Amino acid sequence: MSATLTKQPLTTERSSSYAARIDHVSKSFGRPGAQQQVLDDIALDVAPGEFVCLLGASGCGKSTLLNLVAGLDKPTAGSIDVPGGRPALMFQEHALFPWLTAGKNIELALRMRGVPRGSRRTEAERLLGLVRLNGSYGKRVHELSGGMRQRVALARALAQDSKLLLMDEPFAALDAITRDVLHDELTRIWAETHVSVLFVTHNVREAVRLAQRVVLLSSRPGRIAREWDVEIPQPRRIEDAAVADLSVEITEQLRGEIRRHGQH
Amino acid sequence: MASTDTRSPGDPEPQHAASASPIDAGNTVNTVNAGRPGGAGGKGSAAGASDQLAGLEAGLDALETHTKTRVPLGRVLLDQVLPPVVAVALVLIAWQLAYHFEVKPHYQLPSPAEVARALQDKWLDGTLLGYVWESLSRGALGFAASLIIGTPLGLVVARVWFVRAAIGPILSGLQSLPSVAWVPAAIIWFGLTNSTIYAVVLLGAVPSIANGLVAGVDQIPPLFLRAGRTIGATGFAGIRHVLLPAALPGYIAGLKQGWAFSWRSLMAAELIATSPELGTGLGQLLDQARVDSDMSLVLAAILLILIVGIGIELLIFAPIERRVLRSRGLLASNR
Ligand SMILES: Nc1ncnc2c1ncn2[C@@H]1O[C@H](COP(=O)(O)OP(=O)(O)O)[C@@H](O)[C@H]1O
Ligand SMILES: [Mg+2]
Repeated sequence: MSATLTKQPLTTERSSSYAARIDHVSKSFGRPGAQQQVLDDIALDVAPGEFVCLLGASGCGKSTLLNLVAGLDKPTAGSIDVPGGRPALMFQEHALFPWLTAGKNIELALRMRGVPRGSRRTEAERLLGLVRLNGSYGKRVHELSGGMRQRVALARALAQDSKLLLMDEPFAALDAITRDVLHDELTRIWAETHVSVLFVTHNVREAVRLAQRVVLLSSRPGRIAREWDVEIPQPRRIEDAAVADLSVEITEQLRGEIRRHGQH
Repeated sequence: MASTDTRSPGDPEPQHAASASPIDAGNTVNTVNAGRPGGAGGKGSAAGASDQLAGLEAGLDALETHTKTRVPLGRVLLDQVLPPVVAVALVLIAWQLAYHFEVKPHYQLPSPAEVARALQDKWLDGTLLGYVWESLSRGALGFAASLIIGTPLGLVVARVWFVRAAIGPILSGLQSLPSVAWVPAAIIWFGLTNSTIYAVVLLGAVPSIANGLVAGVDQIPPLFLRAGRTIGATGFAGIRHVLLPAALPGYIAGLKQGWAFSWRSLMAAELIATSPELGTGLGQLLDQARVDSDMSLVLAAILLILIVGIGIELLIFAPIERRVLRSRGLLASNR
């Protein structure tokens, strides 16, 4: 059975050829005179339904770029276009509100999106089901494990019903077993929801495990060093030989980028 | 190009989808058909794999979730009630001993029993609750007014940099000014009226409440504000759904302190501003007892002031604070 699913350009609104366009974006911090350029001329499109991993060493500007795409900050030069409206954003820390239950956290996102009161509860339960947390509606954030919190955070991000999901090292603080499981879940949910994902990580294997395309950023300033199309079919496992092979190749390149900085 | 518009569906049949995934010819990356180790031959059904994942996840969740054990009520009483009872008993014993050995002449230091008798007399002639009620209702009204003024004030100071720069330091400075210092000024402005008393209470409590809210807002992790903005809670919705709830622990601490300041200021005002039209609260009772050189009654009044102050704190603010902190997992459980 050729169970491939052809992704149409998203039907509603103006149909764009991209879910996000990062158009020659640069970003500097600091006062004029004592400026530090963090991002330099980044040009990157995320296609509708695409899963892109942004890979780079710590401090290379990955979070900065994601914040720009999320609209939390403005680029110094260049522009960013996200045609599907405000993107959803997931952080390394779950960022769930501790004064609300898991379900109410999701409902707040639904409410802000304008979902009518009557259907919020059902929708929140559905989203919890999607991340396999049925029955956790009334749980407080501190009663959940790290992996469960990140799943609730994912459900809250999905509650925004955004066409673009930005993820900033969302699994970096989890133990390896939990992270592995969440990789499987994310792949499944990505396939079910047709959302476009821009996923930031410094973990090469994680990038290869998840992405259709891996984009390597160099450091200081952050530039796109190289891209790889990952054609290994899903579902992948992090310990697959093909994942390992490509990871070795990318790691070599990444190390080369880092080594350059020790040479002056 | 990577714009593969096709993708394998996640759940329906992963094994098949895997082999059906489109692979552009001439790609730089070697494509390896990596089946799941152990799942070679595509035997396990998709549903099976999904079930396995769900099972694994359920196991992880169960392992990492802590079950709470409820402490029995008897234990709580023993832990929380016994220590203060012991402390009070020790104070009474020391007091009785001091009386017994006449550390001070009896008219200056009456015995605990004499103070109790003074209280009993006031109870029996039916005036005791009147004094308490007079002060308590003033305190409550003054506190409520301070709340209504202090909350928006704190919010504005916390969020508008200009206002903060302008009056922030004054507001925290006011906290260290004993509010009894306002009494003479208030008497000159308002005479011996209730306005004087309320003015002193407000000047004592509003800064604490406002400062508590400012501190609460300042302590909000920036991550919450960013998370709020990404889900679209901006402007008024951001204040209502993110800022205020996030600042609640600091705000409640401010309220608690605000009550203490209200009560303290009220007693100072009542003690000084005594006049027949003003009614008699605990402060006035205390002053009357001083005028009559009735040391038992002086001590009884002090005791009442203390009990009311502590009682409100224990019966109203402590439970609210505990509830808020516990629901956020911020309360270290006893032992
Ligand atoms: N608000 C800011 N002001 C000044 N410098 C910043 C700011 N945010 C990030 N930076 C700097 O930008 C660089 C990249 O940071 P970041 O995007 O967080 O890196 P990454 O997420 O890749 O680890 C770092 O050197 C950091 O010090
Ligand atoms: Mg980062």
